[in-house]
Amino acid sequence: MKKMWMLLPVAAFALSACVTINIYFPAAAAEKAADKIIEEVWQMQQSDKPATVKETK
Amino acid sequence: MKSLLKNLFALLSLLAAFNVYAAADLEVNTPGVNAVKNSMQARHGQLSAYYDSGAVGLTMDGMIAVRDAGSVPLAARQTVNALVAAENQDRSALYAEIANANGHPEWQAEIRSTFAQRWIQRAQRGWWVLSNNGWSQK
Repeated sequence: MKKMWMLLPVAAFALSACVTINIYFPAAAAEKAADKIIEEVWQMQQSDKPATVKETK
Repeated sequence: MKSLLKNLFALLSLLAAFNVYAAADLEVNTPGVNAVKNSMQARHGQLSAYYDSGAVGLTMDGMIAVRDAGSVPLAARQTVNALVAAENQDRSALYAEIANANGHPEWQAEIRSTFAQRWIQRAQRGWWVLSNNGWSQK
């Protein structure tokens, strides 16, 4: 039991270390955010990718 | 008493870990971002005709530029230039706002290039894009 308690900070550190990726740029999240904003600015009704864009001329 | 302390410490450790984890999404819902977004949305009503006609196109750095001023009636040229300038100002502000809203001002360049790709990707067919090789039509 005592050992487990010693392990906790280590585990917490390890867990946050895994996620230290956040120091780096979250490319996927940025793409998602960009798409959302672009849809709003360009007032596109479709929320999915442009492969399915209907009436283009 | 000691076990209470232990539990508290454990809880804190976990909270710290999850707090970092929660940062995985990009925050774009701030007053600053929304203000710029609304301003761009309103301007798009005027700009879209110029994207369609090819007078204005998208650039690889997440901005827009006048491509063919000759296709715009003389009287409207000033307006188009002003629209493009205002739009670019907003776009720069947008990228900066998002970077700041997420506590990483240094992400601005990456946010800009992500947007640049997405603007182009989502542009309508027929719109113009300026790359290193010059203008090309989507």
